[in-house]
Amino acid sequence: MIELKGVTRRFGEAVAVDNIDLTIETGEVCVLVGSSGCGKSTTLRMINRLLPRTSGQILVDGEDINKADPEALRLNMGYAIQSTGLFPHWTVARNIGVVPTLLKWPAQKRDERVTELLALLGLDPETDARKYPHQLSGGQAQRVGVARALAGDPNILLMDEPFGALDAITRESLQQEMLRIQRQLNKTTVFVTHDIDEALKLASRIAVMDQGRIIQHDTPEAILRRPASAFVENLIGKGDRGLKLLALRTVSGLMERHPEPRHPEPVTDSLNESDSLRIALSLMLWNNTEKLPVLDASGAEVGIVNREQLLKVGA
Amino acid sequence: MRLWLTPVIWIASLCALTALLPAMAPLFSWVEGGTDNLIYTRDSFYTLLQSHIWLVLASATMGTLVAVSAGIFVTRPAGRDFMPLVSQIASIGQTVPPVAVLALAVPAMGFGEKPTLFALVLYGLLPILRNTLAGLGGINPAVLDSAKGMGMSSVQVLFKVELPLAGRVILAGIRTSVTINIATAAIGSTIGARTLGDPVIAGLVNGNTAYVLQGAILIGFLALATDSLFEALERAWARVFSARAHKA
Repeated sequence: MIELKGVTRRFGEAVAVDNIDLTIETGEVCVLVGSSGCGKSTTLRMINRLLPRTSGQILVDGEDINKADPEALRLNMGYAIQSTGLFPHWTVARNIGVVPTLLKWPAQKRDERVTELLALLGLDPETDARKYPHQLSGGQAQRVGVARALAGDPNILLMDEPFGALDAITRESLQQEMLRIQRQLNKTTVFVTHDIDEALKLASRIAVMDQGRIIQHDTPEAILRRPASAFVENLIGKGDRGLKLLALRTVSGLMERHPEPRHPEPVTDSLNESDSLRIALSLMLWNNTEKLPVLDASGAEVGIVNREQLLKVGA
Repeated sequence: MRLWLTPVIWIASLCALTALLPAMAPLFSWVEGGTDNLIYTRDSFYTLLQSHIWLVLASATMGTLVAVSAGIFVTRPAGRDFMPLVSQIASIGQTVPPVAVLALAVPAMGFGEKPTLFALVLYGLLPILRNTLAGLGGINPAVLDSAKGMGMSSVQVLFKVELPLAGRVILAGIRTSVTINIATAAIGSTIGARTLGDPVIAGLVNGNTAYVLQGAILIGFLALATDSLFEALERAWARVFSARAHKA
């Protein structure tokens, strides 16, 4: 658990972070979102003491971080940034192994961990491990950056716009990976982004920041349904709020489950269990249909989503 | 190891020349016909070469230690205040000619090898310092940020990240410094240091072109051998730390 109590950071006269209180529960993904210069990165960098705070208290599991040794503190906090910051003179494997090396893990344990992480992030443990950062594409480099942050098996993950510089398709796929990894590992995560869609997708709770203050701290659904101010309303975009709400839920929660899985009819379009309701609606509009079958990972039809129910969710 | 072939060839030819020059009297009679003193004999060329190399090596070692430490110091948080001062000294120092440094060193330290060494260290500092600052300053700040964020201590960041990345640029600075000092050391002969400049000075004073040539040829070969040695070193460094290590 991370607690920020009355934390302020000034740069000279300017106040970058203004007396904020924020509690991030163990295992949750807290996304700090806001326009550039709102203090979200400053907040993140105070948590691993890359920046000292001017006043206030930051506690990790009840302990003031200023009491800990800064290096020991950071070794237990994975850190990934937008420009990756990979060490250009080291191979991918050595980059990922940096924290295990600093933690003095035995070489074999470290190498196994590196291989495991390469596989987890969809990189080839054979060929990619020996590459240098300049030989990677932007998406691959960012995967290595995330793998490196996870390598020491830290309790906390700090991510500063890790996908901000990627193209839309790569970003989308990395967001999916993040969700999958987070379901597996359950790390307490602080994630900074300026992209509200990314925030809605990844967050268990979102903290909207503006001019160094936290305007609203709530679940994605609550932020969409009850924005605290005009600023938040603008940020989430009034117009497609309904669709964004649908995007938060998957069809598996809403579908009418068949008692037994069936063979799907081959002609119609179908959904996967993990698809969002937004995709379900879009497909219904496209096919001009009331109902769509839902398939599980093995391709068997496990249920049906119908339009009437779906429309009630958005209300 | 084709990397090291060129410097080995240069060093071998330098040694061969040093040994064979005394036997080349007939060749020098062609440029300096009017005298029997065709070969410089006050010291053996081998002694002069050795003493010349020693001067350059000693000054380069001291210069590197001082300049790299100074460069590291002013890029740390504690020394950051001295950064403008030091980088100014580094660029102004380059505009003072080496002869002037030698001339100023004599009244302070007398004649001989000591003032020469002093002048060489002083003059050799500047290119190394400048390149140390450029090398350390040229590292992508995101790399340093993430190194620190990973939990490296400042000493680990310095030795595992900064110096390996800046190394090639620093090495290039040492190369410049050593090459300049090989030439400057020869001028040391005018203030009483024993170097390969001796035959040149003696030749100029006595109007003996053969002496001048012998000194100049050896200095030239020494400079070329050293330069190719550094070329190989820089390549080896780049090979160890990936092809484009200095970019980020």
